[in-house]
Amino acid sequence: MGLLDKEFSENNILITTTENLFNWARLSSLWQVGFGLACCAIEMMATSASHYDFDRFGVIPRPSPRQSDVIIVSGTVTLKMALRVKRLYEQMPDPKYVISMGSCSNCGGPYWEHGYHVLKGVDRVIPVDVYVPGCPPRPEALLEGLLKLQEKIRYESITKKNNEIV
Amino acid sequence: MSVKTEEMVLNMGPQHPSTHGVLRLELTLDGEIITKVVPHIGYLHRCFEKHCEVMTYPQVIPYTDRMDYLAAMGNEFGYVIGVEKLLGIQVPERVEYIRVIMAELQRIASHLVAIGTYGADIGAFTPFLYCFRDRERILNLFEITCGARLLYNYIWIGGLSHDLHPDFIRLTKEFIREFKPNLKELNNILTYNKIFIDRTANVGILPLETAINFGITGPMLRASGLRWDLRKDDTYSVYNKFDFEIPVGKGKMGTVGDSWDRYYVRVLEMEESIKIIEQAIAQLPDGDVTSAIPKKIKPPVGHIYSRVENPRGELGYFIISDGSTSPFRVKVRAPSFVNLQIMDELCRGHLVADVIAILGSVDIVLGEVDR
Amino acid sequence: MKSFEEISELLKNNFSDIHFEFHPEAKFEPYILVPANKIDTVCLFLRDNNELYFDSLINLSAVDDFNGNKIKDDKGNEIMQGGTMSIYYHMESIKFRHKLLIKVILDRDNPSVNSVTSIWNCANWHEREAFDLFGINFNNHPDLRRILMPYDWEFGHPLRKDYQNPEFYQGMKVPY
Repeated sequence: MGLLDKEFSENNILITTTENLFNWARLSSLWQVGFGLACCAIEMMATSASHYDFDRFGVIPRPSPRQSDVIIVSGTVTLKMALRVKRLYEQMPDPKYVISMGSCSNCGGPYWEHGYHVLKGVDRVIPVDVYVPGCPPRPEALLEGLLKLQEKIRYESITKKNNEIV
Repeated sequence: MSVKTEEMVLNMGPQHPSTHGVLRLELTLDGEIITKVVPHIGYLHRCFEKHCEVMTYPQVIPYTDRMDYLAAMGNEFGYVIGVEKLLGIQVPERVEYIRVIMAELQRIASHLVAIGTYGADIGAFTPFLYCFRDRERILNLFEITCGARLLYNYIWIGGLSHDLHPDFIRLTKEFIREFKPNLKELNNILTYNKIFIDRTANVGILPLETAINFGITGPMLRASGLRWDLRKDDTYSVYNKFDFEIPVGKGKMGTVGDSWDRYYVRVLEMEESIKIIEQAIAQLPDGDVTSAIPKKIKPPVGHIYSRVENPRGELGYFIISDGSTSPFRVKVRAPSFVNLQIMDELCRGHLVADVIAILGSVDIVLGEVDR
Repeated sequence: MKSFEEISELLKNNFSDIHFEFHPEAKFEPYILVPANKIDTVCLFLRDNNELYFDSLINLSAVDDFNGNKIKDDKGNEIMQGGTMSIYYHMESIKFRHKLLIKVILDRDNPSVNSVTSIWNCANWHEREAFDLFGINFNNHPDLRRILMPYDWEFGHPLRKDYQNPEFYQGMKVPY
């Protein structure tokens, strides 16, 4: 429990709002579906390895989209793959979040001008929450993107809808 | 009484934790035995060859990095050698030695990923973490030289973009000193592990005649018994000044040319790369690495095929020049593209779980297959 | 190990009815020009002959020479009519350590050549890629269909020099 561990000597009652409690639970254990496409996937693997540990934030890779909360789209999305990304996104149960990692999935990357088979940004098929720039982004940049996503979840409301799905 | 069985088609889709990227395998099964495998590729086709026709010669180098993103130095090396032959320029010796050091460090890093992910596919997760720990040290070396961890844009036409950092030699020697016992540790936990041997020995046996006819190169060909390595047989740069062995598969745990052989050849190649790096550091001459870089790159009309020995096989660039500042056509002969055709032959008669073991030993990178 | 002149002599002696064009003066790589309808007999000879024994096909590249007439089609785009396309075959003998480059010239409007997949299995996917990106038809290929582009891509062959990008593909906007 962290701050409150064994601090009190008698039984106590903790008062908080349901929103705070749910949001705290959601952001502390974001399970990601292993979706590495290209070079950024290697940096994502390096982030999960022991030097820049992803697991200490509660993020573990799951093989199936039905058991995960967040999809990190890392790498170039091509037209052939875009329909499958959409299908994977629709298979994830709510609440779900998307991190777009790397320049190629943000906006097409270095292939923006002459790539006839590259989708210029994954936000043309699925809604994105956090964009992490870089080509490829350093593991520290990906961790910063994850922290920004956690901040976004922290202030989410379960009753009011304040973000539009495109 | 005979039981009628039907064949089932199973899809190992583009999203799969063990296919090393976006590859789709369509398996036709009779029970659990495979009768046919059809690979579907193209999910990462990023139009490299079209970009080459509109970019100038130096602008193509970052795009070549991104094809085989685990061995980026090797990609740049192959392209730059081709253009330098077309232009007819000779680079200083210091540049050649540094290029060889970088290529061999990259070979170790790439084989570490291949071995680590192969262990993770088979089910052993700890070697993955050990391999990535060592790989981080190599990426640190690359980072102090040129600023990038994965995709460098370091080897330029006519030289290099930066000279070595003053601490580079000392840090490399430290890395080599600490890596040799780590290799022994890796052999203990993975290479001679009984479960690993049971899953990979005698699985996916590749006869030598089939390998040559299918155009297989690299560690896969060497594991089938043929001592063929471009660094010795069609030598380029300064590889003829170093003394190193070419490891060949001998069928120690099963048959010659099975998956264990392909894996073990990679482990032995890492040891040989360390030897080359030690010799190169000892012989490193002085000089200026940017002195031979031409101001304007406009090769004469002609075509050339240049090839290098990448960690996955023979990487070739067929460059056609029409006298202008951009190439007319660049065709890349990617080793993983050619090696992947063998999946149908290798997987027949095996079980579904063996497909993963065989695919891991082929060691493909989808960026290279699809370009 | 045979030199380019010795290989050319062997080919001339064995195929007296085929008109070859030898280019030993090409600066970096000498090559032989073979007529398109005889490529498979020549390649079979090259592979099976005991002195040559080219048992490995290294590379097969298709090139759009773009040397026809530029005209404007009905939408105002510039397309090319006439002209040629070429295919380059690089082969090597592992036993004897010699290499060879063979070039074939095809008609750009309807390019078609015999497949060498039955000789070297390596050519299978290379020829599929040439069909996908250039539109070259390979006769007797076991499985000729698109390999890198989606199977339902109906907007042409992308690596031709006069290729135009479509605006939408299955609901997704293609240009930037």
